[in-house]
Amino acid sequence: MKPLKLLAFFTLIFLFFLISCKEGVKNDTKPIDVQELTKDQPETHGTELKEGDIALSNPLDQTMVSTGKAAYELKCQSCHRLTEEKLVGPGWKNVTKTRQPLWIMNMITNVDMMLETDPEAQKLLEQCLVRMPNQNITKDDARSLIEFMRSNDGEK
Amino acid sequence: MRTFELKKLQYLLIAAFAFFLLESCKSKGTQSAASGDASKAYVAPGKYDEFYNFVSGGFSGQMSVYGLPSGRLLRVIPVFSTDPEKGWGFSEETKPMLNTSHGFVPWDDAHHPELSQTNGEVDGRWVFINGNNTPRIARIDLKTFRTAEIIEIPNSAGNHSSAFVTENTEYVVAGTRFSIPPDDANGDVPIDSYKQNFKGNVSFLSVDPKEGNMKIAFQIRTPGVNFDLSHAGKGPSHGWFFFSCYNSEQANTLLEVNASQRDKDFIMAVNWKKAEEYVKQGKGRKQAVRYAHNTYSDKTHSATSTIETEITVLDSKELADLVYLIPCPKSPHGCDVDPTGEYIVGSGKLAALMPVYSFTKLQKAIADKAFDGDYEGIPVIKYEAALHGEVQKPGLGPLHTEFDNNGNAYTSMFVSSEVVKWNVKSLQVLDRVPTYYSIGHLMVPGGDSRKPFGKYLVAYNKITKDRYLPTGPELTQSAQLYDISGDKMKLILDFPTIGEPHYAQAAPAALINKNSVKFFKIEENEHPYVTKGEGQAKVVRDGKKVHVYITSIRSHFNPDNIEGVKVGDEVYFHLTNLEQDWDVPHGFAIKGANNAELLIMPGETQTLKWIPEKVGMFPMYCTDFCSALHQEMQGYIRVSPAGSNVPISFSMGKTPAPSAAK
Repeated sequence: MKPLKLLAFFTLIFLFFLISCKEGVKNDTKPIDVQELTKDQPETHGTELKEGDIALSNPLDQTMVSTGKAAYELKCQSCHRLTEEKLVGPGWKNVTKTRQPLWIMNMITNVDMMLETDPEAQKLLEQCLVRMPNQNITKDDARSLIEFMRSNDGEK
Repeated sequence: MRTFELKKLQYLLIAAFAFFLLESCKSKGTQSAASGDASKAYVAPGKYDEFYNFVSGGFSGQMSVYGLPSGRLLRVIPVFSTDPEKGWGFSEETKPMLNTSHGFVPWDDAHHPELSQTNGEVDGRWVFINGNNTPRIARIDLKTFRTAEIIEIPNSAGNHSSAFVTENTEYVVAGTRFSIPPDDANGDVPIDSYKQNFKGNVSFLSVDPKEGNMKIAFQIRTPGVNFDLSHAGKGPSHGWFFFSCYNSEQANTLLEVNASQRDKDFIMAVNWKKAEEYVKQGKGRKQAVRYAHNTYSDKTHSATSTIETEITVLDSKELADLVYLIPCPKSPHGCDVDPTGEYIVGSGKLAALMPVYSFTKLQKAIADKAFDGDYEGIPVIKYEAALHGEVQKPGLGPLHTEFDNNGNAYTSMFVSSEVVKWNVKSLQVLDRVPTYYSIGHLMVPGGDSRKPFGKYLVAYNKITKDRYLPTGPELTQSAQLYDISGDKMKLILDFPTIGEPHYAQAAPAALINKNSVKFFKIEENEHPYVTKGEGQAKVVRDGKKVHVYITSIRSHFNPDNIEGVKVGDEVYFHLTNLEQDWDVPHGFAIKGANNAELLIMPGETQTLKWIPEKVGMFPMYCTDFCSALHQEMQGYIRVSPAGSNVPISFSMGKTPAPSAAK
């Protein structure tokens, strides 16, 4: 009888320690998803453009050409020449003849996505070794840049 | 037989139990390092902290930002002291921020951060902090985590009881620690003429509700006591401000002894709504003074410093119902108002008890004129008439009290190195925990607002002694994090701090991080020397001055070859960072420059002034690792003798003809 009592006593103590140590690990904090909150930022990360999102017209829209030129001078010129010469990135001469407008616009507005998924973009990164920066260019400005590139490639 | 086996079982159990005891609480390698109490301070890699903790840098003059509960240092915001790392006080744009009526002051002692409040709740827009030595208040914008404004306080010395705010941030206050002769009086008087010539002052700075701009609305002239800390009334006591004072003896030497003679000093209650009325009625005196008011613009990316010349002074002796004194035992430090706004806690640092005053009783005492005479014309309220009760034997050296959301108060005890938890209504001591060592201020997130967040308490200690690896004679100061979610306080983390931590504040991350600016829009840059695109990069000589309009982008400067600079020229590098992506600052450094580097955020323009003193070739480079080709981000400036006729020229990407030699 007596040993049984002792057994019960030890079992109780054992259980108590088991519980008390468990409690130490218990975390009563309900974490707020602060990572999620930072996504709501006034930063332009375009959504992927699809076939059909862009329409080209002839002749060139001259307003877009000049808007595109201004955007180029402010945000692109540092790395891209208007000739074929590669500076940090490739020169723009003939870019509209070798690349689809959709590809170019996605490269401008969704550079991270392109560098992750597009083999051509990845090839360029291997050549240039500098990730093309996100320069916060809106979809409209990117479209104007296409017009400026076409003008640079001799289209009227 | 049966008994024997049971006995054996018994021994086995005892052995197993002992083994279990030994093993159960032992650390089991890195996997379980963060178990038990430690897990409460553990924030997994890549995860965010729950709170931002803004901690005063003390004699570093800066403010540090930690994450809670991890204790990870997120940023040191340069405020009152120059910071060569960030170019603060070295770039042409930031130099005016440290201007004062004494000229450029590159250092201060920053004590008490206070977050802006709306309806008595922390709103996460700005954090204010006082400069103690050359009296100033700074406002830090929590969109950019940079100092946006610094204003100097006239008629003051040692702006200690600052920078606390009213419940809608109508005002941020300052109070002079040293009484001194007013700025427009002759200060060249014998020091022992203290009682005759020295005056105290508290200042109320209005804060623009939208932009945050500060303005000295009025100052209240007081007897020559020393002001220590303060806190605004809230809820029912909104409209009042409470300041602790010591040295009511008005000693001017050996204050250690001479300012501890009286049994009671005071808590000064200021009716600031009344003060507003008096100002409106023109009861204030215009005083000629000189103080600097510096503001920083995120549009021009530059600071301007203006010397202001006048303030309005209200005299506490002449104007009735403006100021009352409540006796408080022995040199009070903390002066803290509970979340309901009804109770005011005085912490006499040499007293064996802590008085808790009732705002309702205080109002009644004023109405009944329950006065105990006056102190230089200011009514002294009968101690018992305003008293809610006393916390008996709370500990030694009570300094400062904060509150949780359950009606409890937490007081730091400097001399007995402990935090004492007590109930505000019942005044019963509920719990006490040791700190390591000599705690100064303590902080509960939102703990001086109407809505404390509770959960954690941080002790800011003055002495660490044996708590960390020794680092020679000077040891780190420290913070200690306690879990206060249960009945008993539990120490869960130690972390070192920069400078000396005094007061601190904390706010939930969600209140602040969603507003954090990621970069400045280059289109909106209105700096007078901005270069909007590489096509506009140039070097312009204007007499002895040379202005370099230079850009940076991963990974080159334009221009990166500059000639025609001469010894003795004043060269201004106006560097515009053309990047428009988060976390891509560029740095800029020149060999031998007698100042610092620049660290330019995306879309920003900053200027480094350089006076070349030697003929030769001076390399420049980017100091902030920006891309795989960061090491290539460099250039040269050729410096010719003073009389040289080398013309100004600049280029980038131009390769010389094969035979070019000169």
